[in-house]
Amino acid sequence: MATEHSEAFWLHAEQTISIEELAAVSGFSVAEIAELVEYGALIPEGEALFNAQCVGCLRKAARLRADLELEMHALALVVTFLERIDALESELRKLSARLPR
Amino acid sequence: MKYKDYYAILGVERGAGADEIKKAYRKLAQKYHPDVSKDPKGEEKFKELAEAYQTLKDPEKRAAYDQLGSGFREGQEFRPPPDWEKQFHFREGDGAAGGFSFDDLDLGDLFESLSGRARRGGGARSRAAMPIPGEDYEVTVHLPLEDAHRGTQVDLALEMPEYDAQGGVRRVPKTIKARIPKGATDGQRLRLRGQGGKGVNGGRDGDLYLNIVLDPHPLFRPSGHDLYLDLPLAPWEAALGATVEVPTLDGRVSLKIPPNTTAGRKLRLARKGLAKPGGGEGDLYAIVQIVNPTVLTERERELFEELAKQSRFDPRGHFTEKFHGD
Repeated sequence: MATEHSEAFWLHAEQTISIEELAAVSGFSVAEIAELVEYGALIPEGEALFNAQCVGCLRKAARLRADLELEMHALALVVTFLERIDALESELRKLSARLPR
Repeated sequence: MKYKDYYAILGVERGAGADEIKKAYRKLAQKYHPDVSKDPKGEEKFKELAEAYQTLKDPEKRAAYDQLGSGFREGQEFRPPPDWEKQFHFREGDGAAGGFSFDDLDLGDLFESLSGRARRGGGARSRAAMPIPGEDYEVTVHLPLEDAHRGTQVDLALEMPEYDAQGGVRRVPKTIKARIPKGATDGQRLRLRGQGGKGVNGGRDGDLYLNIVLDPHPLFRPSGHDLYLDLPLAPWEAALGATVEVPTLDGRVSLKIPPNTTAGRKLRLARKGLAKPGGGEGDLYAIVQIVNPTVLTERERELFEELAKQSRFDPRGHFTEKFHGD
């Protein structure tokens, strides 16, 4: 059984990722990412830089595209909803922690 | 080889048209897709659906599947009719490419190798022709709060595909030791570059993605990098003020309770929360709970009775202020 050692990199809101790197890891091409930006599903932070947190949503969306044969326009909506679900779940976790048990 | 009834999996008749098959697949895939479904068996169910659809949507594969016969039960051991495999084009290197045994074959793998259509990772011919990136993996990692705070190393046991010279594929157990830097919070993701499946012909190695889930802690509740702790106080500690010891992830600290502290009040201990990845720490909030003794001594009862006689405090005063109709 092979054993390998590796460092881990956070995909969080404080980290940015270039459009080329996002294309390499997300399952979308640079042109498709640009299309998602055009539809308003992704908002770049500065010139061709994206919040690394969006990687998780985009990878989910890419799997849904492959498995459900979704078109780009529908995917833009999917990405918007996935990001909203992520934000709401994170908010829910934070708020429920503040409630006394 | 075990039989799988692809038509039954998709819930369609054997004579169903391509549109009907597509519609049935989409309907069920939306229900069971692991990125959508909360069903714990969703992923397994979706794999069955995808395998059935990949075979039945392709006219050549569907014809081959139909010629296997229809009198088998789901999971029944069976053998295809004589010379069945000679009518179709299987990829070189795969089990069905001439002179093979059906005994150890999986029906899904068999149809994946049919007609040379490249699956992810490719067949022998496509592997010789072009670089193919390795597969990415996503794993959920459960971490105790203390480990997230200090950083830790986890051993991840994975099974990854490995290709032999003939293009055959087998799954090999592999352990990845991943160092998780301090600063993890619930729901965060980590990327381990190049630690997924191996690329072929110069294709990049796949990545490994970790989804962090923090284990529930008996005392602390994380909210981002802040922590919340219920702080029980005796009524006299809350009324008179006190200095109490409270636990933190780095040991006990003294906390000064101001006089006249009310239940629900949040007392902040700066930088006693979870470590942040970029440096610094979140805060720890102690939420005051006022707790009465469940059993009173005679003397305690006397003191409470004395207090009740002397005190003009009305905890329900706002009831009458707000509802003049009473």
